[in-house]
Amino acid sequence: MKKRLWMFLVLLIVMPALIITTGCSKKQVQPDVSLIGTDADQYDAARQRALAEEEEAGRRALEEQRLMEEQRLMEEKRGQATSEQQQVIEEDVYFDFDQSVIRADAQEVLKKKAEFLRENPGASVVIEGHCDERGTAEYNLALGERRALAAKAFLMDLGISSSRLSTISYGEERPIDPRSNEEAWARNRRAHFVLQ
Amino acid sequence: MIFYVALCYQIKRFFVGICILILSIAAVAPYTHAQYDYIDITKPFLRKIPVAVPVFKAINRTGQESEIGKKGADFLSEALEFTGYFSMLDRKAFLLDPQEAEILGTGINFKNWTVLGAELLVTSGVVIQAGILHIELRLFDTFQQKMLVGKKYTGTPEDLRKIIRRFAGEIIFYLTGNRGIFDSKIAFISTGTGKKEIYICDFDGYDVRQFTNHNSITLFPAWSGDAQWIAYTSYVKGKPDLYIKHVKQKRGFVVAREGINSFPAWFPGKFELAATLSFSGDQEIYLLSGEGKIIKQLTTSEGIDVSPTWSPDGKQMGFVSRRAGSPQIYIKSMDTGNVRRLTFQGNYNTQPAWSPLGDKIVYSSMDGAGINISVIGVDGAGAVRLTHGNRDNESPSWSPDASMIVFNSTREGASRIYVMTAFGTDQRRLLSLPGEQTNPKWSPSVGDSEN
Repeated sequence: MKKRLWMFLVLLIVMPALIITTGCSKKQVQPDVSLIGTDADQYDAARQRALAEEEEAGRRALEEQRLMEEQRLMEEKRGQATSEQQQVIEEDVYFDFDQSVIRADAQEVLKKKAEFLRENPGASVVIEGHCDERGTAEYNLALGERRALAAKAFLMDLGISSSRLSTISYGEERPIDPRSNEEAWARNRRAHFVLQ
Repeated sequence: MIFYVALCYQIKRFFVGICILILSIAAVAPYTHAQYDYIDITKPFLRKIPVAVPVFKAINRTGQESEIGKKGADFLSEALEFTGYFSMLDRKAFLLDPQEAEILGTGINFKNWTVLGAELLVTSGVVIQAGILHIELRLFDTFQQKMLVGKKYTGTPEDLRKIIRRFAGEIIFYLTGNRGIFDSKIAFISTGTGKKEIYICDFDGYDVRQFTNHNSITLFPAWSGDAQWIAYTSYVKGKPDLYIKHVKQKRGFVVAREGINSFPAWFPGKFELAATLSFSGDQEIYLLSGEGKIIKQLTTSEGIDVSPTWSPDGKQMGFVSRRAGSPQIYIKSMDTGNVRRLTFQGNYNTQPAWSPLGDKIVYSSMDGAGINISVIGVDGAGAVRLTHGNRDNESPSWSPDASMIVFNSTREGASRIYVMTAFGTDQRRLLSLPGEQTNPKWSPSVGDSEN
């Protein structure tokens, strides 16, 4: 029994010492722990910020991707529109031989052009008047101008400002089809539009 | 009677001193008045006058003289034949060796020529001394056995063609009373460079040179009355503007109003020209100063008014208008302002050119078959078609003496320049160049100061 008491006493003495030693060591470490504690707080905030940022970046990336996709789609759409509009502008207006009167089919073509010009108020066009190779060069130069002016007058009647429509005659000098047959002549008797 | 006309050549004027060589012409024998009963150019010359032009006699019998003598005879034959008045007799049929023949009137046995059918005979002697060429040329009527024209020329061997043309001009003047075409030039459009540019050549197609270098579309050349200026249209600045350029000097004027500035036609005897301008929104013909300033408006009709051409006295102007629904030729009186329609046949009559004699207008008219050239009296009577065929014959222009017409045609495929007599005979190609040639314009006679 006495032996147990001694053990108890020894333990009693040693334990506090141990505790003290440990306590001392603990005291040495303590600041570290508290330091870590402080850092952990900051770290936590930073981490949260980082997380938030990460989240934000992800959102932004997504948003960007969405925007890009949107833009791509828009561009694709616009591309279609551009080529459509280009077609509208580039479609030639045809005339009968020795005539500068706007035919019914030509009126439809010109209406589409007027629509385009209304939708694109910044756009201006040059209207080129052309003739087929038949007839004489002097008269054809004059006739080509009459054709360009007739197309211009039609567009003005549809509300397009004359300041956006200029004309030039090339007479018979610039055929689009160099052949000498009815088909070529019909294609060459034209008003051609060029976007400025 | 002796007279001197001349061309002065300044040769090495600073080094050799006063070496001004005068091309002198002396009448060898007098003749009173030119007789025009040989050729009446107002009537069709269906019968050509047979002419003998033997090789010129080499007086000193040197190789150079012989060479010049042969060349000179060839040049003269070409020049005379070009006019359409003459048929040149084949030299092989000649009975005499020209080297042995007499060139003065007194010694000529005219029977040797009349037996061949020659009605006119040209004799000539060539002397070359110290590099100077002396040529004596005589024209004889073989039946009347008399000299009609006799001239002596002095120059350098290089002047041979010039001398021959001068003498051909004397022959034509004697026979027709008109100075002829031998000092005239022809301007035209050619696509040889790939672009339409103006070129100029001699009346017979020789000596072609490029006049414009715009690298653009250049059209419608028009000679001033003194042949010193050419007005034309060019797209060099992107649209049809009117250029008025001195032929020799690098100066000129530009009319670059909005729309068309085109179809120049010089007013006779003045530094003024008519042209179509469309700056007002409507094509009208205006009279412009040579500097390009508007003097006055000449037409007032809505629609196409193009291609002015002046009567030689400037009192009337022909032009093309669509006022009646198809292109037709009209004449406006400058005195009264009245406008009358000249052409009624067909529905496409354009490109009028008033004859230098004043009595006719040549023009092109299109039908289903193509374009052809016709002449019509200025009173609207006597329309005659000069070209035929299913291709295009267009852009007619009179020679300064109204004896010939130059035009372009696609009769051989690509468009080329052709000439014919004023009556449509002797149609032939003038020259052969790369590309296509169109829109020829015959110059007025350049005159003695210029060749």
